[in-house]
Amino acid sequence: MKMSGAQMVCEAIIAEGVDTVFGYPGGAIMNVYDEIYKQNAFRHILTRHEQAAVHAADGYARATGRVGVAMVTSGPGFTNAVTGLATAYMDSVPLVVISGQVPLSLIGTDGFQEVDAVGISRPCTKHNYLVHSIEDLPRILKEAFYIARSGRPGPVLVDIPKDITGEIGEFVYPDHVDLPTYKPRYKGNDRQIKKAVEAIVNAKKPLLYLGGGVVLSNAHESIRALAEMGQIPAVETLMARGVMGAKNPLLIGMLGMHGSYAANMAMSETDLIIALGARFDDRVTGKLSEFARYADIIHVDIDPANIGKLVDVDYPIVGDVKTVVDKMLPMLEKKVDPDRYQVWRDILARYDELHPLTYNDCDETIKPQWVIERLGQLLGEKAVITSDVGQHQMWAAQFYPFDRPRQWINSGGLGTMGYGFPAALGAQMGQPDKIVVNITGDGSILMNVQELVTAAENKLPVINVILNNHFLGMVRQWQTFFYDKRYSETDLSFQPDWKLLAEACGGAGFDVTTKEEFDAAMEAAIAGGKVTFVNVAVDRFENVLPMVPAGGALYNMLLEHKEQCDG
Amino acid sequence: MDKVRRVISVIVANEAQVLARVSGLFAGRGYNIDSLTVAPIPGSNFSHMTIVTRGNRRVIEQIVKQLHKLIPTFKVIEHEEMVEKEMVLIKFSIESPIAEIQALCQAYNGNIVNAGPDMFIAMAADEAGRIAHFIDAVERYQPVEIVRSGVVAMER
Ligand SMILES: Cc1ncc(C[n+]2csc(CCOP(=O)(O)OP(=O)(O)O)c2C)c(N)n1
Ligand SMILES: [Mg+2]
Repeated sequence: MKMSGAQMVCEAIIAEGVDTVFGYPGGAIMNVYDEIYKQNAFRHILTRHEQAAVHAADGYARATGRVGVAMVTSGPGFTNAVTGLATAYMDSVPLVVISGQVPLSLIGTDGFQEVDAVGISRPCTKHNYLVHSIEDLPRILKEAFYIARSGRPGPVLVDIPKDITGEIGEFVYPDHVDLPTYKPRYKGNDRQIKKAVEAIVNAKKPLLYLGGGVVLSNAHESIRALAEMGQIPAVETLMARGVMGAKNPLLIGMLGMHGSYAANMAMSETDLIIALGARFDDRVTGKLSEFARYADIIHVDIDPANIGKLVDVDYPIVGDVKTVVDKMLPMLEKKVDPDRYQVWRDILARYDELHPLTYNDCDETIKPQWVIERLGQLLGEKAVITSDVGQHQMWAAQFYPFDRPRQWINSGGLGTMGYGFPAALGAQMGQPDKIVVNITGDGSILMNVQELVTAAENKLPVINVILNNHFLGMVRQWQTFFYDKRYSETDLSFQPDWKLLAEACGGAGFDVTTKEEFDAAMEAAIAGGKVTFVNVAVDRFENVLPMVPAGGALYNMLLEHKEQCDG
Repeated sequence: MDKVRRVISVIVANEAQVLARVSGLFAGRGYNIDSLTVAPIPGSNFSHMTIVTRGNRRVIEQIVKQLHKLIPTFKVIEHEEMVEKEMVLIKFSIESPIAEIQALCQAYNGNIVNAGPDMFIAMAADEAGRIAHFIDAVERYQPVEIVRSGVVAMER
């Protein structure tokens, strides 16, 4: 069929089954926006900043497992989207971002709003394209979606010059891709899998180390079955919260810089790490030379480059986590003896009794950890939780009882402040029946606060719970510990009126200073059905603990909590 | 871990951006490039890149894997048993002892390839290490200009 390049973009989006696109128009992408206007097969959400459009598409993708789509114009539209691309890239989120580009004849001339989008985005996309001819467009669109979602997922940028979206060409959307250079490996080597199973059977202190790849691979049921079958304890990374389920007795907790004592000790003392979709990030391992010194390592990952990157691996298995674990299950069933690991489980239970994940609650000043626990009691599995970056993010990861994967959405790899709110909008679009709560800080929320307008306009009732410590708290915490309390540029005493700010944009706001007020505000927020700020004044100097100081060994944790109620 | 020299061949789709993807990978991840050559493979849609790099075992392994991970990469060969050649062109003043230099060239699979009124150009084609020796050997004739091609390699 003959159609314009702009129509081809819309047809591809429809063919891929995408129901929502997030974006922001401008000169170079106007042809596509004109076609968006004429169709009603998918919805377009106009965010109020391109960064937010990409984060929203990312939140949509993480909440649903589908490919997220964002659309931006050339030049500043594209550069605003870069943080979104990098965020998605670090966390392996499947996205297709379409950017307009100046016409082919102007490329390389420093034309108005020209920027080298493929050059800038090369290191923060899984792949990118500059479309040179309308004949290539259908194939490139097909490949973009395929590459984004297959193998180790990631963002793909398609940069389309304006004359190509305006040109007429022949459109047949390919039904398959032909990429001889790109063949992700899913199955896992059977010999290696067999050896890994032997290693599990012979271990005394095996430990499941679960990462974000488990979520991407939709492998949680298989992994719960594996843990259950061998009664093998598990630790989760920040990206894997919800995989085991908070109530699962085999879940030891989150590990890493702010992991629990028992989880970090488990990692330090295990004799067999079963790493599934995890990548031995420095925030997880601490000092590498001291990391898991007694352990052999099984590492299952779909990205061969993750294996052996930071630690030597004894049983490398390149493959999809779910596929590989499903092969392991019947092999283990006959051989594994849960009693064999009883001593190990007892040791870990002792560690947890010795230093449980805790805090000193207080009635005069609200402790931030209390807010998270309370949210967990009020909403539990009903909510999808997004977060920004800082102390509030770590408390959310530590104290919210996540029951399932895709319930917890945060920027783990890049640590992007300003991610949480737009991601929550995307998650709400993808999960309209859930209560979506963004747990945020008084610093982070201002980096994309303009999205109040998007949320109000589109009636997206996202609740932003601001753990307000009047600080860039996480930076302040490092200044307390490592910079002799010189609070350089982290004091946020000057604040907006949060309630007014939310109301000015068509939302609702509540200022909370007591526990009772918090409950009332949450009830009103849920009943109100519109975008809300719940601004909770919390203890200013509370620290996230345990803490492994950067570069220190995982087993050397700061543990003491402050006693006083001195907000 | 000790650093080793490695010659790596990368077969990539012959398309826009592909050289930038490869060189950007090395720059972005802090890998070292001693030399890089690239040319299309006759009768195909692929190009052959030969990269000479240096690093410890883990770094070399990562380089190979990261190269492989690029979407347009078809194949990565970490050379072990290879034939390796590099070419060098060296320009001398016409005053230099051309016969001596020619004799040296011939010891390194080369010859005098051009001569003009003021200058002549010598060429040698050999293993990278031997090319370095050749350059040392002709140093005393005060070369005016030296251009090395970078290494090409083929597994035996
Ligand atoms: C875009 C961006 N800029 C800077 C940082 C560095 N940073 C990490 S946490 C943090 C403080 C966040 O403050 P707030 O949102 O109030 O959260 P809190 O730690 O107080 O809970 C900063 C500045 C970052 N992660 N992202
Ligand atoms: Mg704060």
